[in-house]
Amino acid sequence: MSEKKQGLKIALVGNPNAGKTSLFNQLTGLKQKVGNFPGVTMDKNFGFFKLPDGNSSIIIDLPGTYSIYPRSMDERVVFDVLSDSTSEDYPDIIIVIVDASSLERNLLLFTEVMDLGIPTILALNMVEVAKKENKSISVKALEKEFETKVVSINARQGLGIEKLKKALTEEINKPSKAFFEATSLSPEIIPVIKDKFNLENDYLAYQYAQQTYSKQFLSNDEKRFIADAKVKYNFCDRQFQTRETVERYQKIREKLKSVVVDNGMDSNETRSNKLDRILTHKIYGYLIFMVILFLLFQTIFKWAEPFMDMIDYGFAQLSFFTRQYLPEGALTNLIAEGIIPGLGGVLIFIPQIALLFCFISILEESGYMARVVFLMDKIMRRFGLNGKSVVPLISGVACAIPAIMATRNIESWKDRLITIFVTPFMSCSARLPVYAILIALVVPNRNVLGFFNLQGVVLMGMYLLGFLAAILSALAMKYILKAKDRSYFIMELPIYRWPKWKNVWYTIFGKSKTFVLEAGKIILAISIILWVLASYGPGEKFNNAEEIVKTEMQINHIDDTEYENLLSAHKLEYSYAGILGKSIEPAIRPLGYDWKIGIALITSFAAREVFVGTIATIYSVGADVEDESTIKDKLRAEINPKTGKPMYSLALGVSLLIFYAFAMQCMSTLAVVYRETKTWKWPILQLIYMSGVAYLGALIAYQLLK
Amino acid sequence: MRSLAELKPGEIGVVKSFNDEYLSLKLLEMGVLPGTEVEMKFAAPFGDPICIRVSGYNLSLRLDEAKTISLT
Repeated sequence: MSEKKQGLKIALVGNPNAGKTSLFNQLTGLKQKVGNFPGVTMDKNFGFFKLPDGNSSIIIDLPGTYSIYPRSMDERVVFDVLSDSTSEDYPDIIIVIVDASSLERNLLLFTEVMDLGIPTILALNMVEVAKKENKSISVKALEKEFETKVVSINARQGLGIEKLKKALTEEINKPSKAFFEATSLSPEIIPVIKDKFNLENDYLAYQYAQQTYSKQFLSNDEKRFIADAKVKYNFCDRQFQTRETVERYQKIREKLKSVVVDNGMDSNETRSNKLDRILTHKIYGYLIFMVILFLLFQTIFKWAEPFMDMIDYGFAQLSFFTRQYLPEGALTNLIAEGIIPGLGGVLIFIPQIALLFCFISILEESGYMARVVFLMDKIMRRFGLNGKSVVPLISGVACAIPAIMATRNIESWKDRLITIFVTPFMSCSARLPVYAILIALVVPNRNVLGFFNLQGVVLMGMYLLGFLAAILSALAMKYILKAKDRSYFIMELPIYRWPKWKNVWYTIFGKSKTFVLEAGKIILAISIILWVLASYGPGEKFNNAEEIVKTEMQINHIDDTEYENLLSAHKLEYSYAGILGKSIEPAIRPLGYDWKIGIALITSFAAREVFVGTIATIYSVGADVEDESTIKDKLRAEINPKTGKPMYSLALGVSLLIFYAFAMQCMSTLAVVYRETKTWKWPILQLIYMSGVAYLGALIAYQLLK
Repeated sequence: MRSLAELKPGEIGVVKSFNDEYLSLKLLEMGVLPGTEVEMKFAAPFGDPICIRVSGYNLSLRLDEAKTISLT
């Protein structure tokens, strides 16, 4: 009875690029990522909708896959959900979405899924594409030959969706027999497994034997039981899998003869091929890619600027009003100096992240991203990476978190691990404000070679530096790491299509939301902790700050107007944050840093963008922490007490720039790496390695330039 | 015996067998079966990977992988 309450459980399965996520969006209207790049849908996503009979239903969007045998992390999800009848995700009905223009290959997955014994509906998508390719498909014949319910839909335009919903409420007849008889390969082992695990379906039992070790819900004892049985009954995984796949294809081809009429001459393909001749050309191909990358950077840095300024201004105002209208006290200070600037520091990145994902999803939707992967594979392979590593590396320029999640479709574990390990070296948008302020401080604002702005060139150089660090580290890892599995590059090149704007919009919205929630929590927490640490301190020197400062001022004959600044500087020095900063000073002095920068470094280890806010607080600029010009002026005026010269010299600036370019200063990234690699080994190694490189790099730079 | 890697753009061959079991499983799933017609479409700028047409769609693979596919 409890099942009725939850409603009908539907799983959505299909090849990458078959239009699965478009259909999911059409059915549920929920935010989701969809792309033309094989394997974009990563996690299983849920959605809800009402059926025509009034009942509610829950639909799970499973990652795209070509067969039920998993190769990559995201493909594993598919079989896990469909094979574990005790799991809460186990569906009542499966919709297999099938690309009509590539029927044969799509039907392989369909027949595998159908054989698992769960009621299955075939949603025939892209019939219009098949028509353009001069293929006509008889839905009736398809239904008859494959003994299934077929609903013809157009997922992009939302046609046939109501028919599909109606089909979900109707009785689905089971096929008279399995498409592929698993018992023909291994008659003995199937009854044994069926008996042991209480299964009814032959093919499912056969899959228990095939995929024993990838199944997470089996206990070690159960796995051993199957492994023993496999030896006893001479079960040869690969040989059987080969025979199964060949037999399925032969049957599919035979049956399709009465379903598809191919009139030859494929106009769609010709158009795609013409485009490919230019886009994968040895000169134009890379040129066009470079232009697109250049546009991407322009977009992220220039077009996002006005929006970022607006957010910046908005939060500065908010802080100001809070101070004005709330009663004075610790809570008001916490809100105005801790929470509001903290929130602003998160939200300010939204324009950049939204624009980056707008770009990336257009590239994916159109099919171009697959060509970039194709173009870059040979080059990336030299460095121990994979053509597919390009997407995470580019995404890393916005934020390492979604970038690392985007590695899931890399089949080879070694390639994937290297990509995860080096992606955080790419200069993410959180480093941008740090770069911006430091470059403005130590690099003169003049032109070189006539028209290149020197500050801009240095900024580009920082991105290049990050990229080089990533590539060279990958190269080193290529030789250190032992491969668990083989890398391969067998990938569909989808035809070019116009992006669907609704899908692009869902991507932008979904990714920005993830960023705000994931990174936002941590940045906000750090801002509050930092504010507390900087606002309170132990002992006499902190608690009697007013008197001490007043006495000092009298002794040194300092003007009263300086009182506020001196007081906050004194308080900071003896606050908990100041004590922390001083305790690490010996370690960072060789890099040219003092205890004030030390505080910024400590807080930056949670999230590097905190740097600007922290030094703003430390140099007591007051409430408006995002106002860079005032921070800049303060920093410029800061004098190194030992040399009597400006603190922020070229040597210190470069040292800091290099430190921030390399150091692993993002807890969210470490958390994501842990989630993706399932062990603390990699995030810890990453932290040690990246921080080590940062320390050494900064040390060398400072000592050489000093 | 010729392998898929030796086809020039525009040439068509018929798959005969594979000499790498691990790769063959993936290739079979993607519709590259013995007896199937494959057309070499184009190669990436450094000659690798290549793009072939098989079973009505474009598939890319590396030269090393194409070498494991023998043609009749």
